[in-house]
Amino acid sequence: MKIPLKYITRNLKTRRLTTTLTVVGISLVVFVFAAVLMMAHGIQKTLIQTGSDENVIVLRKAATAEITSIIMQDQANVVQTIPSISKLSSGKPFISNEVVTIINLPYSQKESGLGNVTVRGVAPEGFQLRQNMKLTGGRFFNWGSREIIVGSSIKKRFKGTEIGNKIKFGGDEWMIVGSFDAGGNGFDSEIWGDQIQLSQSFGYTGAYSSLLIRLDNVNAFTQFQEAFNKDLRLQTLDVKREKKFYEEQSEDMAMFIRILGIAITVIFSLGAMIGAMITMYAAVSNRTIEIGTLRALGFQRRNVLFAFLIESLSISIFGGLIGLFLASFLQFFDISMINFGSFAELAFSFSLSPSIIINSLIFTVVMGLVGGFLPSIRASRLNIVNALRSS
Amino acid sequence: MNIVSVQNVSKSYWRDSLEIPVLHDISFEVPEGEFLGLMGPSGSGKTTLLNLIAGIDQPSKGSLVVAGTDVAKLSESQLAKWRAQNVGFVFQFYNLLPVLTAFENVELPLFLSKLSKKERKEHVEFTLKVVGLEDRMNHYPKQLSGGQEQRVAIARAIVSDPTLLIADEPTGDLDKTSAEEILKLLVQLNTEFKKTIVMVTHDPRAAERAHVIKHLDKGELT
Repeated sequence: MKIPLKYITRNLKTRRLTTTLTVVGISLVVFVFAAVLMMAHGIQKTLIQTGSDENVIVLRKAATAEITSIIMQDQANVVQTIPSISKLSSGKPFISNEVVTIINLPYSQKESGLGNVTVRGVAPEGFQLRQNMKLTGGRFFNWGSREIIVGSSIKKRFKGTEIGNKIKFGGDEWMIVGSFDAGGNGFDSEIWGDQIQLSQSFGYTGAYSSLLIRLDNVNAFTQFQEAFNKDLRLQTLDVKREKKFYEEQSEDMAMFIRILGIAITVIFSLGAMIGAMITMYAAVSNRTIEIGTLRALGFQRRNVLFAFLIESLSISIFGGLIGLFLASFLQFFDISMINFGSFAELAFSFSLSPSIIINSLIFTVVMGLVGGFLPSIRASRLNIVNALRSS
Repeated sequence: MNIVSVQNVSKSYWRDSLEIPVLHDISFEVPEGEFLGLMGPSGSGKTTLLNLIAGIDQPSKGSLVVAGTDVAKLSESQLAKWRAQNVGFVFQFYNLLPVLTAFENVELPLFLSKLSKKERKEHVEFTLKVVGLEDRMNHYPKQLSGGQEQRVAIARAIVSDPTLLIADEPTGDLDKTSAEEILKLLVQLNTEFKKTIVMVTHDPRAAERAHVIKHLDKGELT
């Protein structure tokens, strides 16, 4: 770089208004770009955290969610006999037979309408299988009673879900006796109760939605899967690691958000790039004599090209950093949306990752290069005599 | 030894399909240490001839040898490098970069050399002292008078010790006193520092300082 950087930076300061407007435009685009990626990453992180490597889940074959799965009692009994399943101190296999359904609840007063909420009926082993579950208020429900506990996100978003209230679903009234926190994962957006009580209420008698199983060790999965697949009575069922199941569930949502978001951002970015281009064309036009002088002094075309490209890149990178900085504050916000897999509300936070920072900066650099390329080419191709004559 | 040798040089510009002749069959020489004044009415081709000698334009016909190099045969990139090493420019409107201080403006051509930062500083300080602006180093062009700006421009032109100094109406934008100071400086550069100067001017007082005056009219030497 032959032309000193201070020439570039001071010119940016000289054109304060146009530089600021271009920086604002680019920062807004990068803000939206980063926000979309943070949203998709937040969903994935929330759902992936929901699953554990130590657990495996059994569902009906081709079921993408527990809500669309059904496992008959006799099949559940067969699964229990497969070797490699961890045993409790009582000698019982470490399995939670669970039922999952969806109910509607009214949103809290700030919002309107009804939202879908996942209700999970668990066996006592269900709590031991999810070690990060913590009771944050009230108490656990009593087994054999019409009592439920609510996840932390449910408490925040839905009306009448405070401890002590009763909510009506499945033809019965259910007393909320406690609230829990699952550490920011998908269970925070669920209501839990006794599986037997909920099965009766929803007509699930003799069937389950899923079986959650703890194996002897993490490496026993392949052995368990082989035994599972060989059993002809289990041919309508499928087994996966719990973490993979939630990972797959997050992929469609994350992909949808990414594609839609990036498409919108790319359209916005066209505006920002045109803005950068206009700014840079104006810079070239205002500095024609300076360019002519630099060339007359012996600076090469490529020196001028790089100087203007660096000027454009400086604007875009500065805008990009501001956009990223602002987007980073989104991490303090929780939002919810329908999980395409379970059809229920899923609360999650925007999540920033190193790859999002890198991708946003790459996007920023691309905008700077595209916006600055043509004006820089024009600057470098100015005829010296004509440029000097423009005085 | 001739620093500039112009032999049968013609220059035309094209506007669409129309050829506009500017210089016609010009021949002359400028020996080393000469102070040449080029005079003539507007549109006579003075600046075009100056641009050709300075290597920022190329002749349509003829041979143009400056500082031992046939500039008509150099590529765009070679010409830029050649200019950096051989030519110093003084423009009518100074053409200083407004965002750089006097020091930084003078330092600019040295970025094209291999000098270290320390050496650049020494060169710039010495050159600004020669033009009498050592106390204005950190001033921006807008903080200087016209005469001071032109002295900074002259310092920029000579800082890399070029073979040839090209001045296009160097006093054209100055009051009488400032113009006088600039002319004195040019004469000093010519006599003390043995700089060969080719100067275009309308000003008869400026032309008086030149050793030789050539007149151009309608693209021909008269």
